[in-house]
Parts: sequence; structure tokens; C-alpha cells
Amino acid sequence: MDTGALVQDEKRGMLIIVEGIDGSGKSTQIHLLHRWLVSEGYGVFFSEWNSSPLVKGTTKLGKKRKVLTPTTFSLIAATDFADRTEHEIIPALKAGAIVLADRYAYTAYARDVARGVPRSWVRNLYDFSVKPDIAMYFRVPLEVSLDRILTGRAQIKYYEAGMDIGLSTDVRESFKLFQERIMREYDNMVDEFGLTVIDGTRSIEEQQAEVRRIVSHKLAENHGVLGELKGDQVGRISIRRIEANS
Amino acid sequence: MTRFQWYGEGIPGVDLSALCGKLVVIEGADSVGRSTQICMLRDWLESRGHAVFDTGLTRSELTQEGLDQAKSGHTLGRKTMSLFYATDFADRLENQIIPALRAGYYVLSDRYFYSVCARDTVRGADPKWLEGVYGFALKPDLVLYLKADVEALIPRTLYGKGFSYWESGMDLALGVDLLDGFKIYQSRVIKELNGMSERFDWVTVDATRDPDAIFRDLQRAIDPILVPTPVGTP
Repeated sequence: MDTGALVQDEKRGMLIIVEGIDGSGKSTQIHLLHRWLVSEGYGVFFSEWNSSPLVKGTTKLGKKRKVLTPTTFSLIAATDFADRTEHEIIPALKAGAIVLADRYAYTAYARDVARGVPRSWVRNLYDFSVKPDIAMYFRVPLEVSLDRILTGRAQIKYYEAGMDIGLSTDVRESFKLFQERIMREYDNMVDEFGLTVIDGTRSIEEQQAEVRRIVSHKLAENHGVLGELKGDQVGRISIRRIEANS
Repeated sequence: MTRFQWYGEGIPGVDLSALCGKLVVIEGADSVGRSTQICMLRDWLESRGHAVFDTGLTRSELTQEGLDQAKSGHTLGRKTMSLFYATDFADRLENQIIPALRAGYYVLSDRYFYSVCARDTVRGADPKWLEGVYGFALKPDLVLYLKADVEALIPRTLYGKGFSYWESGMDLALGVDLLDGFKIYQSRVIKELNGMSERFDWVTVDATRDPDAIFRDLQRAIDPILVPTPVGTP
């Protein structure tokens, strides 16, 4: 993978990402992981999906006017991702932070391909992305995810439901079919990218225990480098920030 | 009826056999005279009874504001800019060019993704990666390359729009001033375009001559792809 601005021995931090369809529980798990790492004294940087300020406006406009096609939707998401990679992820890794991301390039590979975009094309698009140290795929049966999403929310948005690709005229039906396609793409990707599959049907605590086991193991391997950043100072500041935001 | 082709994997859901217009691209460096030629070509084609759609002069509705902001703030990284331009191009291709071709129009495109790639490459982008990215693009029926060296461009720019930050490659800190930067930057872009003209089989026209001479060459190049017009048309 061509990382452009980041050479392997320049990278001092660690990149941990979570993937899964909506309602798979991944966001809960990475949030808990975030708090735990900070409490352990690590410097942690959280990179949000679709957060580039300049690209956000364009994405919003495209969605509002319903002019996004599978190709342009894919390209805009890649543009946003490139901005985050160049401005946030690479600098943070160089500085030795643990970078967490809820959703990563694999979301694009799954979702964009579910929209009909060619597999090889979208993979080349994300060629510049930094390879994660840990990539966890939270897997739950489709019905479980759908149940969590559909009971919670009154409204599912147009593009979110995959209405643009004409799976169904009914929003909820379209959403189900769309999520099913995305899930199939994820499953097919596990071997291709060495994703760690986490059984999302277990309790939150059981899952978090497994997540911490996986992360601890990796941290131990890299102890020399990350240990430098461990320290009460960093941990205390970050905990205060999290508490202020929650 | 033309059989259109994609450069790579193409855009999903587009039926190429339904495209019955013609796609003619006019490429060349900044200030080489593309707009002038496109105006003349447009008048000529319309007089022959063809419907003409010219594009490239306006940005896509989707990315215009974002790109303008990015260019004025100079805050986006290179990969991001490359992808932002690719989004812009894809939007114009899908929402403007392809519908026009479906309707049987002659589409005159002021530049195509080639110029974008040339500029990106000069800025350090990986040409192989770019080739992959633009795999969604449609192959034009014809690419007309207005070729000129940097010396010829200088007076046209100076007495026309004037030198500008981006067209002088100032973000690359190539020269001490806008003229210096222009010479170095445009030479590099022209070198990329020259390479592409051979790889992609463009029709190259000497653009250092007067507009009418250039125009006659362009007419000659377009002639073979024109659909015969009804009797009585000039």
C-alpha cells in the first residue's frame, strides 16, 4: 500500500480500526476501548468517519440535491478519507499516538461495491491508506443489526437506505436489502485483508474483554515505542476531555 | 452508431450502446487558445445542423464551492486535491457529458481528465494510481491537442488573464515570481501533455499560429468523425 507521506519506520504509533454494518455494536466497543486506553495512560487520537470540514459541505450538498451517483459518492468519501489520512492519521501516527477509527477503507470497499462500483477500482482508490495494525470486524446476524437500527430510529435517510440504487421503493425494505449486500461484501473481505472477526452476538462486556485482549497483545509487541508516551500526564488530560464531552 | 468504450472499469449502470453523440476533447496548456477554438468549432458544427454541448468551462454543481474554497485556502493535501478533482470530473461526466451523448449531442469538452492528471503528476502524484482512478472515464471519439511551447504562452497569458498563483505553480515554490514559476511549471505540464498525446493517440495541432490556421486544422481532424448532414447544408 502506498502511504505517500508515511514510511513504515517513521510510524511510531498504532492504528486500530473497527468495521461492521450499522447496528453491529462496533461503535460501542471502540468507545469503550478508547476510554480504557486513555485510563491506561496512552495518548489516543480518534479519527471520525466523514469528518473532513471542507468535503463535508460537498457531501451534504450532494445528498440534499440527490445528485450523488455510486461513482461520485465513492469518490467524495475517498476525498474525505484522504483529507483525514493526510491531516490527521499520518501526523498522529508519526507522533506516536494510538489512532482509533470507527469505520475505515473497508467500509468503502463494502458499501461502494454494494452500490455497484467495481471492486478493483475502489481498492486502487484507497491505495494511499495506512494499513491498520488491528482491524476488527464486528459480525452479527443481519436480523440482529436491523432490529437494533430499525426499532431505534424513526427515519432512515435516502442514501443510507440505498434508495439510489433502486432495491425497493420502500425505505425500510431497501435498507434491509442494502445492508445484506454490504454484509456479504464484508464477509468476503475477511481473508483478503486479514480482518479479525469479533462475534457481536455476545454481551458487551464479553466483547470488550476480547477487544482488550487483542489490543494488549499488540501493545506488548510494540512496548518499546508506545511505552514512551505512557504517562499519567497524558492519561489524566484525555480522561478529563472525554468526561467533558460525554 | 459509435461504440463508446471506457478507459478501465467504467461507471456502473451506464449503457454505452445508448450513447449516440460524439465526444470531442480539446486539450492544451493554460491560455493556449482552447476557448477561442471551441467557440469557432461550436458555430461551425451548429451551422451544419449538429446539436452542440460545450463543457469544461463550468465546474460541476456538486464540487464547485468546495473546490473554490480549497483553492483559496490552500489547505488540502495533494491526495485529497487529486480525489476532489476526480469527483468533480466524475460528476460532470455522469451528469452533463453522458446525458448529452445519450441525446445525440456533439460534446466539445474544454480539457478532459488528462490536464488534471498532468497537473497532479507535476505535483508528485503516482501516474499509475491516477490511471486506476480515472478508469471510470469514457474514451473520447477524438482528442485535439493544441500544442505550444511555454514561450508562446507567455504573451497570451500576460496580456490576457494575467499570471496567477495556480497557473504559475506557486504552491510548488518553483520560481521567485509569477513569471518564473509560470515558465517552470507550464513546461512540466506541457511535457506531461506531450507524453499523453502519444500514449493516447491525440491529433496534435501547432497552436502557435493564428486562430484561423489552427481552426482549419481542427476542422480537417474532425471531418472523418462527422455524421453526414442532409443535402443543402453548407
